[in-house]
Amino acid sequence: MNRSYEVMFIVRPDMADEDLNKLISTLESSVTFAGGTAKSEVWGKRRLAYKVAKFNDGIFVLFMIEGPGAVVREVERRLRVTEQVIKFITVRTDEETKRLDKIKKIRDARKKTSVAAPAPATPEPGTEPAPTTV
Amino acid sequence: MAEETKAPAAPPAAAAGESRPEGRPERADRGPRGPRPGGGPGGPREGGRKYFRRKKVCKFCVEKIEAVNYKDVRLLAQFVAESGKITPRRLTGVCTPHQRRLSKAIKQARNIALLPFSGRAQ
Repeated sequence: MNRSYEVMFIVRPDMADEDLNKLISTLESSVTFAGGTAKSEVWGKRRLAYKVAKFNDGIFVLFMIEGPGAVVREVERRLRVTEQVIKFITVRTDEETKRLDKIKKIRDARKKTSVAAPAPATPEPGTEPAPTTV
Repeated sequence: MAEETKAPAAPPAAAAGESRPEGRPERADRGPRGPRPGGGPGGPREGGRKYFRRKKVCKFCVEKIEAVNYKDVRLLAQFVAESGKITPRRLTGVCTPHQRRLSKAIKQARNIALLPFSGRAQ
Protein backbone atom coordinates (compact mmCIF):
# COMPACT_ATOMS: atom_id res chain seq x y z
CA MET A 1 0.00 0.00 0.00
CA ASN A 2 1.87 3.01 -1.23
CA ARG A 3 0.93 6.46 -0.18
CA SER A 4 2.47 9.82 -0.80
CA TYR A 5 3.61 12.11 1.96
CA GLU A 6 5.33 15.40 2.35
CA VAL A 7 7.66 15.87 5.23
CA MET A 8 8.70 19.45 5.68
CA PHE A 9 11.43 20.16 8.18
CA ILE A 10 13.41 23.12 9.38
CA VAL A 11 17.07 22.96 10.26
CA ARG A 12 19.12 25.50 12.14
CA PRO A 13 20.12 28.51 10.06
CA ASP A 14 23.80 28.05 10.84
CA MET A 15 23.97 24.55 9.39
CA ALA A 16 26.52 24.17 6.61
CA ASP A 17 25.39 23.24 3.12
CA GLU A 18 27.43 20.08 3.00
CA ASP A 19 26.00 18.87 6.30
CA LEU A 20 22.53 19.55 5.01
CA ASN A 21 23.22 17.68 1.78
CA LYS A 22 24.60 14.79 3.76
CA LEU A 23 21.50 14.71 5.94
CA ILE A 24 19.21 14.76 2.93
CA SER A 25 21.10 12.03 1.15
CA THR A 26 21.03 9.79 4.23
CA LEU A 27 17.29 10.36 4.51
CA GLU A 28 16.81 9.54 0.85
CA SER A 29 18.86 6.40 1.09
CA SER A 30 16.92 5.27 4.15
CA VAL A 31 13.67 5.78 2.24
CA THR A 32 14.84 3.83 -0.78
CA PHE A 33 16.17 1.13 1.52
CA ALA A 34 12.74 0.77 3.11
CA GLY A 35 11.08 0.46 -0.28
CA GLY A 36 9.98 3.93 -1.20
CA THR A 37 10.92 6.78 -3.46
CA ALA A 38 11.95 10.22 -2.30
CA LYS A 39 12.39 13.66 -3.77
CA SER A 40 13.71 16.66 -1.93
CA GLU A 41 13.52 20.38 -2.40
CA VAL A 42 15.47 22.91 -0.40
CA TRP A 43 13.61 26.16 0.08
CA GLY A 44 16.56 27.91 1.60
CA LYS A 45 16.70 30.25 4.53
CA ARG A 46 13.42 31.77 5.58
CA ARG A 47 12.15 33.83 8.42
CA LEU A 48 10.15 31.87 10.97
CA ALA A 49 6.75 33.16 12.00
CA TYR A 50 7.71 32.66 15.63
CA LYS A 51 10.80 31.68 17.54
CA VAL A 52 11.70 28.03 17.45
CA ALA A 53 14.49 26.79 19.69
CA LYS A 54 15.62 30.42 20.07
CA PHE A 55 16.06 30.81 16.32
CA ASN A 56 14.37 33.44 14.22
CA ASP A 57 15.32 31.92 10.87
CA GLY A 58 15.59 28.43 9.56
CA ILE A 59 16.41 26.49 6.44
CA PHE A 60 13.26 24.88 5.11
CA VAL A 61 13.46 21.55 3.36
CA LEU A 62 10.57 19.80 1.66
CA PHE A 63 10.85 16.06 1.41
CA MET A 64 8.39 14.15 -0.74
CA ILE A 65 8.02 10.47 -0.10
CA GLU A 66 6.11 7.71 -1.75
CA GLY A 67 5.85 4.43 0.03
CA PRO A 68 4.30 2.61 2.95
CA GLY A 69 3.79 4.25 6.33
CA ALA A 70 6.82 2.55 7.84
CA VAL A 71 9.03 4.75 5.67
CA VAL A 72 7.58 7.86 7.21
CA ARG A 73 8.06 6.47 10.66
CA GLU A 74 11.73 5.88 9.94
CA VAL A 75 12.23 9.36 8.48
CA GLU A 76 10.52 10.97 11.44
CA ARG A 77 12.65 8.99 13.86
CA ARG A 78 15.78 10.15 12.08
CA LEU A 79 14.62 13.75 12.12
CA ARG A 80 13.89 13.56 15.81
CA VAL A 81 17.34 12.19 16.51
CA THR A 82 19.11 14.79 14.38
CA GLU A 83 19.81 17.76 16.56
CA GLN A 84 20.05 20.33 13.80
CA VAL A 85 16.42 19.73 12.87
CA ILE A 86 14.31 22.09 14.92
CA LYS A 87 10.85 21.35 13.55
CA PHE A 88 9.09 19.03 11.14
CA ILE A 89 5.63 18.24 9.90
CA THR A 90 4.30 15.30 7.92
CA VAL A 91 1.33 15.68 5.63
CA ARG A 92 -0.29 12.93 3.66
CA THR A 93 -0.93 14.11 0.13
CA ASP A 94 -2.26 11.22 -1.94
CA GLU A 95 -5.92 11.78 -1.16
CA GLU A 96 -5.64 15.45 -1.97
CA THR A 97 -3.92 14.79 -5.28
CA LYS A 98 -6.56 12.20 -6.08
CA ARG A 99 -9.28 14.73 -5.40
CA LEU A 100 -7.55 17.36 -7.52
CA ASP A 101 -7.10 14.93 -10.39
CA LYS A 102 -10.79 14.13 -10.26
CA ILE A 103 -11.75 17.80 -10.39
CA LYS A 104 -9.34 18.39 -13.23
CA LYS A 105 -10.80 15.50 -15.16
CA ILE A 106 -14.31 16.86 -14.72
CA ARG A 107 -13.21 20.29 -15.85
CA ASP A 108 -11.43 18.95 -18.89
CA ALA A 109 -14.45 16.87 -19.83
CA ARG A 110 -16.64 19.92 -19.51
CA LYS A 111 -14.28 21.93 -21.67
CA LYS A 112 -14.40 19.24 -24.33
CA THR A 113 -18.19 19.19 -24.38
CA SER A 114 -18.27 22.95 -24.69
CA VAL A 115 -15.92 22.73 -27.66
CA ALA A 116 -18.06 20.06 -29.28
CA ALA A 117 -21.32 21.89 -28.70
CA PRO A 118 -20.64 25.55 -27.93
CA ALA A 119 -24.24 26.71 -27.87
CA PRO A 120 -25.54 25.01 -24.70
CA ALA A 121 -22.31 25.39 -22.73
CA THR A 122 -21.97 29.16 -23.04
CA PRO A 123 -23.97 30.17 -19.94
CA GLU A 124 -21.75 28.06 -17.71
CA PRO A 125 -18.68 30.26 -17.26
CA GLY A 126 -20.38 33.61 -17.12
CA THR A 127 -23.04 33.13 -14.45
CA GLU A 128 -21.68 35.95 -12.31
CA PRO A 129 -21.16 38.98 -14.54
CA ALA A 130 -20.33 41.41 -11.74
CA PRO A 131 -16.62 42.02 -11.01
CA THR A 132 -15.93 40.02 -7.90
CA THR A 133 -12.97 40.72 -5.74
CA VAL A 134 -12.84 39.77 -2.10
CA MET B 1 -30.63 35.59 4.56
CA ALA B 2 -28.55 37.92 2.43
CA GLU B 3 -29.15 40.75 4.88
CA GLU B 4 -27.25 38.92 7.56
CA THR B 5 -24.03 38.73 5.63
CA LYS B 6 -22.54 42.16 5.77
CA ALA B 7 -19.61 43.23 3.70
CA PRO B 8 -16.45 44.28 5.62
CA ALA B 9 -17.31 47.91 4.95
CA ALA B 10 -20.84 47.48 6.22
CA PRO B 11 -20.70 48.58 9.89
CA PRO B 12 -19.88 52.26 9.28
CA ALA B 13 -22.41 52.40 6.47
CA ALA B 14 -25.05 50.83 8.70
CA ALA B 15 -24.41 53.46 11.36
CA ALA B 16 -24.90 56.16 8.76
CA GLY B 17 -28.14 54.57 7.71
CA GLU B 18 -29.50 54.56 11.24
CA SER B 19 -28.89 58.22 11.81
CA ARG B 20 -30.60 59.12 8.57
CA PRO B 21 -34.30 59.18 9.49
CA GLU B 22 -34.23 62.30 11.61
CA GLY B 23 -37.88 63.02 11.04
CA ARG B 24 -38.85 60.59 13.78
CA PRO B 25 -39.24 62.43 17.03
CA GLU B 26 -38.67 59.80 19.69
CA ARG B 27 -35.53 57.77 20.26
CA ALA B 28 -33.51 58.77 17.27
CA ASP B 29 -30.96 56.08 17.94
CA ARG B 30 -33.46 53.25 17.93
CA GLY B 31 -35.72 54.87 15.38
CA PRO B 32 -35.65 52.54 12.39
CA ARG B 33 -35.62 49.49 14.60
CA GLY B 34 -38.96 50.19 16.25
CA PRO B 35 -41.61 49.13 13.73
CA ARG B 36 -39.76 46.03 12.50
CA PRO B 37 -41.24 45.92 9.05
CA GLY B 38 -41.68 42.19 8.78
CA GLY B 39 -38.67 40.40 7.44
CA GLY B 40 -35.43 41.42 5.85
CA PRO B 41 -36.21 43.02 2.51
CA GLY B 42 -38.45 45.70 3.97
CA GLY B 43 -35.86 46.92 6.44
CA PRO B 44 -33.21 48.55 4.33
CA ARG B 45 -35.74 50.11 2.00
CA GLU B 46 -37.51 51.95 4.79
CA GLY B 47 -34.23 53.07 6.29
CA GLY B 48 -33.38 54.59 2.95
CA ARG B 49 -29.91 53.18 2.96
CA LYS B 50 -28.03 54.15 -0.10
CA TYR B 51 -25.05 51.90 0.13
CA PHE B 52 -24.96 48.89 -2.11
CA ARG B 53 -24.18 45.62 -0.50
CA ARG B 54 -22.15 43.61 -2.93
CA LYS B 55 -22.86 39.94 -2.79
CA LYS B 56 -19.77 38.18 -1.59
CA VAL B 57 -18.47 35.18 -3.43
CA CYS B 58 -15.92 32.60 -2.54
CA LYS B 59 -12.49 33.57 -3.83
CA PHE B 60 -11.55 29.95 -4.32
CA CYS B 61 -14.66 29.17 -6.35
CA VAL B 62 -14.30 32.26 -8.52
CA GLU B 63 -10.63 31.86 -9.28
CA LYS B 64 -10.96 28.08 -9.38
CA ILE B 65 -8.25 27.53 -6.83
CA GLU B 66 -8.75 23.94 -5.74
CA ALA B 67 -5.45 23.23 -4.06
CA VAL B 68 -5.43 24.96 -0.70
CA ASN B 69 -2.01 24.08 0.52
CA TYR B 70 -0.17 24.91 3.71
CA LYS B 71 2.91 25.89 1.71
CA ASP B 72 1.21 28.76 -0.07
CA VAL B 73 1.76 31.38 2.60
CA ARG B 74 0.77 34.31 0.38
CA LEU B 75 -2.65 32.86 -0.18
CA LEU B 76 -3.24 31.82 3.40
CA ALA B 77 -2.10 35.15 4.80
CA GLN B 78 -5.05 36.82 3.08
CA PHE B 79 -7.39 34.89 5.35
CA VAL B 80 -5.59 35.50 8.60
CA ALA B 81 -6.33 38.59 10.64
CA GLU B 82 -3.55 40.75 11.97
CA SER B 83 -3.91 39.10 15.32
CA GLY B 84 -3.16 35.76 13.69
CA LYS B 85 -6.72 34.51 13.86
CA ILE B 86 -8.45 32.80 10.97
CA THR B 87 -10.91 35.26 9.47
CA PRO B 88 -14.49 33.97 9.74
CA ARG B 89 -16.44 33.04 6.68
CA ARG B 90 -19.04 35.73 7.17
CA LEU B 91 -16.36 38.37 6.63
CA THR B 92 -14.52 36.84 3.71
CA GLY B 93 -17.37 35.10 1.90
CA VAL B 94 -15.49 31.85 1.46
CA CYS B 95 -17.82 28.88 0.98
CA THR B 96 -17.99 26.14 3.57
CA PRO B 97 -15.97 23.41 1.83
CA HIS B 98 -13.20 25.84 1.00
CA GLN B 99 -13.16 27.37 4.45
CA ARG B 100 -12.75 23.88 5.87
CA ARG B 101 -9.69 23.23 3.74
CA LEU B 102 -8.41 26.72 4.32
CA SER B 103 -8.53 26.45 8.09
CA LYS B 104 -6.81 23.10 7.96
CA ALA B 105 -4.05 24.51 5.78
CA ILE B 106 -3.62 27.52 8.05
CA LYS B 107 -3.26 25.26 11.05
CA GLN B 108 -0.66 23.16 9.29
CA ALA B 109 1.23 26.28 8.27
CA ARG B 110 1.21 27.45 11.86
CA ASN B 111 2.72 24.19 12.98
CA ILE B 112 5.69 24.55 10.69
CA ALA B 113 6.25 28.21 11.58
CA LEU B 114 5.11 29.58 8.24
CA LEU B 115 2.28 31.47 9.92
CA PRO B 116 2.16 32.81 13.44
CA PHE B 117 -0.12 31.37 16.10
CA SER B 118 -0.72 34.85 17.41
CA GLY B 119 0.35 38.27 16.34
CA ARG B 120 2.27 39.19 13.27
CA ALA B 121 5.15 37.29 11.87
CA GLN B 122 8.28 38.84 13.32
